[in-house]
Amino acid sequence: MENREIVIIGGGPAGLAAAAAARQNGAEDILILERDRFLGGILNQCIHNGFGLHTFKEELTGPEYAARYISQVREQNIECRLNTMVLDLSADRVVTCMSRDRGIETIKAGAVILAMGCRERPRGALNIPGYRPAGIYTAGTAQRLMNIEGYLVGRKVVILGSGDIGLIMARRMTLEGARVLAVAELMPYSGGLRRNIVQCLEDYDIPLLLSHTVTDIKGKERVEGIEISEVDAASKPIPGTEKFYEADTLLLSCGLLPENELTRAMGAQICPATKGPAVTDSLETTIPGVFACGNVLHVHDLVDYVSEEAAHAGRSAALYIKRSSASQHRTVPVVTFGGVRYTVPQSIDTLEMDDKLTVRFRVGSVIKDKKLCLYYDDDKVSSVNKRVMAPGEMEQIVIKKDSFNGRDDIKEIRLGIED
Amino acid sequence: MKTDVLIIGGGVVGCSVARFLSFYDIKVMLVDKEEDVCSGTSKANSAIVHAGFDASFGSLKQKFNIAGSKMMEELSKELDFPYKRNGSMVLCKYKEDEPQLRKVYENGIKGGVEGLKLLTADEARAIEPGLTDELYMALLAESGAIVCPFGLTIAMAENAAANGAEFIMDCKVEDIIKQEDGYLVKTGKGDILTRVVVNAAGVYADAIHNMVSDNKLHITARKGEYKLMDKEAGDHVSHTIFLLPGKMGKGVLVSPTVHGNLLAGPTADDVDDKEETATHAGSLEELTAKASDLVKDIPFYNTITSFSGLRAHEEGGDFVVGECDDAAGFFDAAGIESPGLTAAPAIGEYLAAKIAEYLGAGQKDNLIRKRRAIPSPSEMSPDERAEYIRSNPSYGAIVCRCEGISEGEIREAIRRKPGAVSMDGVKRRVRAGMGRCQAGFCTPRTMEILAEELGIDMTSVCKNRKGSELIKAE
Repeated sequence: MENREIVIIGGGPAGLAAAAAARQNGAEDILILERDRFLGGILNQCIHNGFGLHTFKEELTGPEYAARYISQVREQNIECRLNTMVLDLSADRVVTCMSRDRGIETIKAGAVILAMGCRERPRGALNIPGYRPAGIYTAGTAQRLMNIEGYLVGRKVVILGSGDIGLIMARRMTLEGARVLAVAELMPYSGGLRRNIVQCLEDYDIPLLLSHTVTDIKGKERVEGIEISEVDAASKPIPGTEKFYEADTLLLSCGLLPENELTRAMGAQICPATKGPAVTDSLETTIPGVFACGNVLHVHDLVDYVSEEAAHAGRSAALYIKRSSASQHRTVPVVTFGGVRYTVPQSIDTLEMDDKLTVRFRVGSVIKDKKLCLYYDDDKVSSVNKRVMAPGEMEQIVIKKDSFNGRDDIKEIRLGIED
Repeated sequence: MKTDVLIIGGGVVGCSVARFLSFYDIKVMLVDKEEDVCSGTSKANSAIVHAGFDASFGSLKQKFNIAGSKMMEELSKELDFPYKRNGSMVLCKYKEDEPQLRKVYENGIKGGVEGLKLLTADEARAIEPGLTDELYMALLAESGAIVCPFGLTIAMAENAAANGAEFIMDCKVEDIIKQEDGYLVKTGKGDILTRVVVNAAGVYADAIHNMVSDNKLHITARKGEYKLMDKEAGDHVSHTIFLLPGKMGKGVLVSPTVHGNLLAGPTADDVDDKEETATHAGSLEELTAKASDLVKDIPFYNTITSFSGLRAHEEGGDFVVGECDDAAGFFDAAGIESPGLTAAPAIGEYLAAKIAEYLGAGQKDNLIRKRRAIPSPSEMSPDERAEYIRSNPSYGAIVCRCEGISEGEIREAIRRKPGAVSMDGVKRRVRAGMGRCQAGFCTPRTMEILAEELGIDMTSVCKNRKGSELIKAE
């Protein structure tokens, strides 16, 4: 069996940034395993701009953003195995992977970083009735066919879901000559970034129908029409509100699901709200020496934050393999209340944490003119006015290590929203 | 074109007849209007091998059901398709229904079904803990089983092809004209002169039958909608769970599939249009409620797809199997609704023997009985898999992540005879695209492989029949 200090599963933005940071923090022996034929993951098909504003202070396309990290990884001589699928990961960090060229291999890793990304929620999971013709794609699949393979999948398009990939694809397909008839969103608010709604829909006069869903798909061979209905407060279609769109294509942009098959099989605890592993402030899962970052941990809106989070995981993994003896811990759970849906991390080691820790979170519905409050047990330690927070935009709060000074018996950190 | 036997319909029944007929020293041809075999009722059903207690005593349904059920395990070894004897259970929820349950039990015993047992509610729960709280008694059928309907149908087709049977797809029958000795069958791909016709046309078997016979058949398409759940939910039950049968058939069932998913369905609605395979919100809700009446806490949130299939219900209520009274050499396998999947091997064997007798044909000297499935490395032991990939590297390149299906498997699915020519054909043969992401990741690569293997352009790759191109041309 091969031995490696750090094995990173996934060579997308998270895996690349984790690798670079692990190297910068002294890890010598790093291996990236990537299932696709190139590094960069989903960024390769995101040919629009808007990436890197936080990280590089300039606007890059997805492939350009990926290229910056790919060249770092190359310069640091970090080994990458492409076209390599990880089949199994055990709790003692034995990675089994497979490729055409190398067959099946097992690798014992000192630390593992999970960076497998996420997948799109398919039609079946949405229970959309109707026929099952050709012409129904998740937005990301259509994006890959468009931007990597060079095929426009349809000419008259309806999009269900206002997730960012759907919004981007509305503009992309319009620019390629397709007509996007409508974007229907089940919720009374969009799941995508505000800037994408403006730049991808409003600029092209594409209607966004909030509180609407697809209630029928017509066409036996190819999509011939899409029926959209308004929904009530319980998300149930309202009879009599049906509108018919003569379309040949339905794109679905209805949410992303972290790809945690390996994580689950390994026995790591999964957070029901994020569908990713529960992690501590070092982004370590409940399996020692296994770290997670990027969309496999929780779905992000901005790749810049993925890179930042991944760098943190890379550094933690590098420290983990160097640490000889067990140090002292005081692990405190982070609990949410009043509309905060989840936090990452889900727990903080107040003795071992960095001086400053970014806690990322999302709210469950649109929240206006409220206060974001942080409690240490029953003490309110901070309260920040928030004009608006939406489920589609990830929020963050910075917690400092010294704020725990004199709180040796802390039981719970609570983050939530109050009037 | 000329042949001894022309089979109309490449579903499980047509392919079964083709398989057993291909053992005889005659020319066998099969036509289907779709691009591939297993494209109608055979692809969208409960995937159950019924024990046979249900069909009424003395009916053809019962005869072929019980015979088919007894053949299935052996056949699954001979033809290498997935089969599992998981046992089935009929639930009797209320005391007042006990006489009806006993009637079903006695009907099964009379027909010769083995392994039937009446259980108390506690006994039933001991072996199937997830059953509804409202339970009075249950009937256990140990011989009940689950099967891969695609695997069964395609295995029989491949075995028939290996024995020389010819498959012509995209070939719709337009008319059949009686000849002195046999029939002239007019199709979209030209005229076929044949001595014998086998009518295995599923929901269209009435139309085919009525082209030659004055004793008209009338088949109604009875639609059944299903929900299929993720493999995470696959062990929610271990048996196939039915409610006591009613007038519209066996009602909704909850069952594991042979691939480890959980299946709930079907509803039963008669439809006028024999192409009407859409699902409806109301029906999906109905099946959700009915299934929840049998088994507690079914994880419907884990649904990965819903689909519907059409059963061919003949108004006589029974299978129509055998030579047509007023058309010599015209053999029907019509009205094959549930338990048709179970019955198919027995119907095939029976009709093949009858047809061979009619033609005075003997068995081939060099017939092939066995067929091997496409190698599936994800089901091999780690060492076996490693060894297999060393000599077959394309089986190491994963295309479908969810089901772990490799490029090698997909290429083999296309290269076999009859091979896949569409995305759905690939999916039915090797499960690429059948997993939890429902082909989100593997679609582009599978399209590429299909285009390469078939020598066609990407824009011509279809989901299934012509007109279902994945790329919409201008």
